[in-house]
Amino acid sequence: MLTSKWTKAGVFLLSLGPVGWLVWKGFRGELTANPIEFLTHELGDWTLIFVILTLCVTPARRLLRMPALIRFRRMLGLFAFFYACLHFSIFFVFDHFFNVAAMIEDVVERKYITVGMLGFVLLIPLAVTSTQGWIRRLGGKRWQRLHQAIYIIGIAGVVHFFWLVKSDITRPTRYAVAVGLLLGYRVAVWIAQMRAQPVRPAGKLSPTDGS
Amino acid sequence: MLIKKSSLFEIPYSEVTPKSEYLSRRKFLTGSAAVGAVLAAGRAFLPEAEAQGGLQKLAGVTKSSYSTEEKISSYRDVTTYNNFYEFGTGKDEPAANAKNFKTTPWTVVVEGEAAKPGSYDLDKIMKLAPLEERVYRHRCVEAWSIVVPWIGYPLSALVKLAEPTAKAKYVAFESYYDPKQMPIARRAGLPFPYVEGLRMDEALHPLALLSVGMYGEILPPQNGAPFRLVVPWKYGFKSIKSIVKIRFQEKEPPTTWNLAAPNEYGFYSNVNPNVNHPRWSQAKERRLGELFKRDTLPFNGYASQVSRLYAGMDLKKFY
Repeated sequence: MLTSKWTKAGVFLLSLGPVGWLVWKGFRGELTANPIEFLTHELGDWTLIFVILTLCVTPARRLLRMPALIRFRRMLGLFAFFYACLHFSIFFVFDHFFNVAAMIEDVVERKYITVGMLGFVLLIPLAVTSTQGWIRRLGGKRWQRLHQAIYIIGIAGVVHFFWLVKSDITRPTRYAVAVGLLLGYRVAVWIAQMRAQPVRPAGKLSPTDGS
Repeated sequence: MLIKKSSLFEIPYSEVTPKSEYLSRRKFLTGSAAVGAVLAAGRAFLPEAEAQGGLQKLAGVTKSSYSTEEKISSYRDVTTYNNFYEFGTGKDEPAANAKNFKTTPWTVVVEGEAAKPGSYDLDKIMKLAPLEERVYRHRCVEAWSIVVPWIGYPLSALVKLAEPTAKAKYVAFESYYDPKQMPIARRAGLPFPYVEGLRMDEALHPLALLSVGMYGEILPPQNGAPFRLVVPWKYGFKSIKSIVKIRFQEKEPPTTWNLAAPNEYGFYSNVNPNVNHPRWSQAKERRLGELFKRDTLPFNGYASQVSRLYAGMDLKKFY
């Protein structure tokens, strides 16, 4: 089932769900008394959720022994970028009305916007180079290095959320835990790999050699 | 590490009780009282701020020259978009969670450096002074604003009744707090009960209002029923809700947001587009109902009436 094209289509449609839900709420006049704030927050939430889902793919592949899940990683990553674009657009249009100078001032002066902008800007090269063509052009290793930026993006998103709440840190903490666990998994894997293959100084025999 | 599951309290907006259901319950209870109150009224009922909540109507309310001509925000917006962290930190949570907030009977204790301290029950509070309607701009520190037709009387009326002594330089306020009625308050990240304060000259200023109602009716629970303060030239968090204690004192009183984040929220918290919150700008605000932000006015547009209170004060230092 995982390899069926229908599954991929299904995940695609599900990923559009949040937008559909917001449009539906819009028609019903249920976007709260401050629709722009509500939309900005919801779209920001979904951006973080999709970043987290993207980060889940590799651990899920290994821990659940389902390598086929790789099919969904690009799609989930691009949806994260999609929601980030929507989130940024609301900010650019309704907070700043296309005024680039005013927006730049916000980015420079308000640290939560600085770090949010960092996360968004980093997503752009990842979105652009998400295709097979680019994997070939960059070569597997360089492409992988570049796309490790998703770790920074995840952290930037969480910090962005922490720095904008007034006093209730319940929700940013949840995202911090999720991102922390997913990055922690990578760290654990890296440590395990380091332990399995101790680095040997070139040309010299190590204590474990020659036995 | 225990991660609290808050799905119990996080209610999606779509699950808020439809207003018609909520109102019809209250209508049944207050219907007869409302009829009685209106019949007893000797003065004209104000048409522009029509009651829409189905709560007890307030009679004998006169217009005030302190009202603004600006467009009044919708009742729905003002009653479903609230910061009342004792009932949840989401904007839609107080409307959902404060439905059963018990606001009668109610007692306000007036104490401290005053010749006539005392205890006021709800009846005394409602009849303390003639009711006026004041249409005020209300500006939240989060950079959104509304225009609300409050009903009440000047704070100075209560102050004068209590006869504060010469030692009374400040007025301190305390909100009702009950962990049983407010189980979600723990998550707010604020120390409760909520406290606020004003300098004596601010408290005596004619704009400072003690409010018992809005839109022609008594206050809904999520808006700080039954008795709250409205200080329109300051950020909204200074307009403390559901007051139970008023104390006259010599020293500057602690204020909750200042306790939580002293570098972000000061004692004065006058609306000031030139003094930014450390993390966001205060130059503009979103008037609910409008698409694009508007410029924030010094003292929320009440500069001509209140700036004399702060003559010579460095407002960047005394934020």
